[in-house]
Amino acid sequence: MEALPTRARMYVTGVAAAGLLCLLPALPLPSVPLTRTLPSVSGPGASWGAVASFAVLYAGCERLARSRHLGAPSPVGTFHPVLLAAAFLLPPSAAALVVLPGALLAPVEQRPLLVRRIWRAGRLTLAVWAASRAHLAAGGREAVADGDVPAALGAAGASVLAFCLVLTLLDRGVPAPAGGVPFRRGSRAPRPEGRRTTRRTTWWGLFLRSLAPVTVHGLAGLMMALLWRSPYGPGAALLVLLPMCVSWWAFAQYHRERAAHQATIRALVQAVDIKDGYTRGHSERVGQASTMIARELGMDDERTEVLRFAGILHDVGKLGVPTRLLTKDGPLTPEERRVIELHPEYGHEMVRGISFLGEARAAVLHHHERLDGSGYPYGLAGGQIPESARVVAVADAFDAMTSNRSYSRARPVPVALEELQRCAGDHFDPRMVEALVRAIGRTGWHPAVTAEDAGRFPGSPGPPVTEPVTEPVGEPAAARAADADAGPPGVRR
Amino acid sequence: MTLRPHTLVHACAAALAAGCLGATLWHGIAERGAALAFGVLVAVGELVRYHGPRPHAGRRPGDGAPPGAGPQPRNGPRIRQAAPLAAAGSLAYALLGEAGGRPSHHGAAQVVAVVLAASLLGSVPHIGRGRGPTRDRLARRTLTVGFVAVCFQPLYGRGTFDDWGGPAHALLLLVLLSLSALCDAVLAAVLAHSRTGWPFPPVLRDELRALPGIGAAVVATGAVMALGVAVVGLWALPLLSVSLLLAQLSYRRYAAVRATYRQTIASLARATEIAGCTPAGHARRVADLSRSVGRDMGLTEPDLMVLEYAALMHDIGQLSLVDPVPAGATAALPVQEQRRIALLGGAVVRRTGVDPKVAGIVERQAEPHREQPPAARIVRVVNAYDEKSRAGGPGGPLTALEELRLGTAGEYAPEVVESLARVLSGAAGAKEYGDGYDDGGGRP
Repeated sequence: MEALPTRARMYVTGVAAAGLLCLLPALPLPSVPLTRTLPSVSGPGASWGAVASFAVLYAGCERLARSRHLGAPSPVGTFHPVLLAAAFLLPPSAAALVVLPGALLAPVEQRPLLVRRIWRAGRLTLAVWAASRAHLAAGGREAVADGDVPAALGAAGASVLAFCLVLTLLDRGVPAPAGGVPFRRGSRAPRPEGRRTTRRTTWWGLFLRSLAPVTVHGLAGLMMALLWRSPYGPGAALLVLLPMCVSWWAFAQYHRERAAHQATIRALVQAVDIKDGYTRGHSERVGQASTMIARELGMDDERTEVLRFAGILHDVGKLGVPTRLLTKDGPLTPEERRVIELHPEYGHEMVRGISFLGEARAAVLHHHERLDGSGYPYGLAGGQIPESARVVAVADAFDAMTSNRSYSRARPVPVALEELQRCAGDHFDPRMVEALVRAIGRTGWHPAVTAEDAGRFPGSPGPPVTEPVTEPVGEPAAARAADADAGPPGVRR
Repeated sequence: MTLRPHTLVHACAAALAAGCLGATLWHGIAERGAALAFGVLVAVGELVRYHGPRPHAGRRPGDGAPPGAGPQPRNGPRIRQAAPLAAAGSLAYALLGEAGGRPSHHGAAQVVAVVLAASLLGSVPHIGRGRGPTRDRLARRTLTVGFVAVCFQPLYGRGTFDDWGGPAHALLLLVLLSLSALCDAVLAAVLAHSRTGWPFPPVLRDELRALPGIGAAVVATGAVMALGVAVVGLWALPLLSVSLLLAQLSYRRYAAVRATYRQTIASLARATEIAGCTPAGHARRVADLSRSVGRDMGLTEPDLMVLEYAALMHDIGQLSLVDPVPAGATAALPVQEQRRIALLGGAVVRRTGVDPKVAGIVERQAEPHREQPPAARIVRVVNAYDEKSRAGGPGGPLTALEELRLGTAGEYAPEVVESLARVLSGAAGAKEYGDGYDDGGGRP
């Protein structure tokens, strides 16, 4: 980002110049009260004192939000209620002036700092100016002064529309190489917004999406404006902001806690990986494959997410299997095999208390069941096996075949898919297999973690010989049994 | 039977409610429009009340132990202000002096009557789902609103506040509401203290500490609603409700993710049990008992949370051992070995993204008590107690306590051991409250 493309530079300069133009009517008469310069539009509230207090309020709020949240992504953005209240009360140019100190002074996290500050100030100045202009045109000033709420609501609606429209159009106009996102998100950490850019939403869609939060801010701003003009004065207007601040705080806490939660789940999975060295990255990849299958089957986002967790956590029960067995350097006795086959039940025992996992818990318990009833732990068959478990079983087998194991080299993806299709019907649900085949045919298979150096974690003693029972690899049962008894040649004995 | 404070509170609230209802029926309702609007607001606020995350969501029958049911889930992130809109609306009605520029004439009795009726009405659907209003909650609402209304309405009606125009009036409302919020916190602490026998000061401190969050939003919205209605009439109610509802929504998501997080931590903690490193239910028992001891020693809610997480994960270091410790009894190991396991555990916990304080406690659980932070002392004592009392058979608990007392010279902190003894001797009441959340069947 150091070398900013010329087009982006020019664009920002243009926006800033336009912003300055909006400010111009307010600037030349610094000492004269605005009431005299623009008598028709400004009420008694629109003095330099009001401009200054709004500006200080906005700058203070911005400062507070950034210091308090400590890098947590703040919701819908900046303190729009203050800006909108200013837009409802002050003349357009004066309202635009309110933006400046806050937008220019608030810290920016990414370089280039100066350009970002100017961009932030420029786009907000233009938006507030437009909002104020729209409010004026809709006759909102008189409505606010008279306390005529229905008329004031209409004008505020027009103003909110103008505000959103200008912001959206300005953001869309950012030259592509500079990336609309880094600019638009100003100093904020990347949010789930990532999806927006990947999905290539139209500016219309962006506009509609920003409308709801800004409308809420507009209502708060309107109430602020009404109280500001009332006998109770600006102090009462400030109280309107308090619930908003509280909800922003709670939102930031929510994000922080959620991040911590995800880190904990990752730690849970890492614990399995450390114990069972060869499966490094296996859990994440099974989660990825499960997600692909779920999407392909047209499941909704929530269910897809649950299935991702199901994939990630499916082997968590291996925590309960003694490390010596998981990493055993030699053939497994039937006794030991039975112990390892307990891992779905251990896993279920661990995750059953986590209610948000929903059907993922059943997937953990049943991911080694087979369609013909020859699986474990319960030997369920066909439709008795929960759908989530059928998804994870396919994903698990697929990843087991396409990653390196100590007893077998990774197979190419097409070979693995063919193998899966061969076993569909008696081991796997053909629907899931077909979904995976289709999804991979379209997008390919790009595991997030490469499995080149499978196994060999520090601390995992000996070459990680597997217990093939936990491998629902689509090999014929006889071959698998042979593999289990004979073990990978050269590794042991 | 002795008169306990919560009975007294209930009696006061009932008397107030009966008096107000009677007076309202006798005099009829003044300004029906405003009464109806505020009533609807309070009822809607009750309707969208948040009951905390559903503990049994998506759970199959027989899929774990039922949660030990206390009257209110007190353990963990309790929802302090579950119906902020209803609270703000009732406070605003109590402080309403004029509507749309005209003075209003509803008295204090009508305020209480309308709020109570609307609260009950809004709770009807919840009752249908078996989550009706508890008497504590109704009593608090009645008394708080009654307090504000009695402070404000008669004086306002007599014109005492006529000199307090403009900003001074706003300030007056704010002061009055802050006062009422303080009273409500004290009331809540008294009720909790009376029901559980927990020491009063930390309970009060918890209640007061919760005020700046959603409590402040309620106070501000209550004041601003009263003022807004005075300026623009009843239009102000929907306008102002939106931002408070947004705040409630944010809090709800926050509470939900916190509850989920607790469940995940509890599950992570059970990994040691499933791996056979520790006896079944050990982590859960140590966590519950640590919480009770911490409560008894006057720790506040955030500290209790850290303590609970640390107690749940105190044995996690054993997962890193290749050979499990016999019966998971770490208290009987040589000190060096204990410290090594503690450090291993701390390293695991550090990676889980929980508060670094938790990892610190887990790491330092095996140090001599004089060098430990209080929470680590508690975890050490309670862990040793649980291990020793199980190993000791029928007379185990008493012997274990005796052994701990003998060990107070170096290993176990004497004040914690004493607190543990207190908790164990009077555990009945605390236990009932302490089990209020669902950890997924950690108890056998």
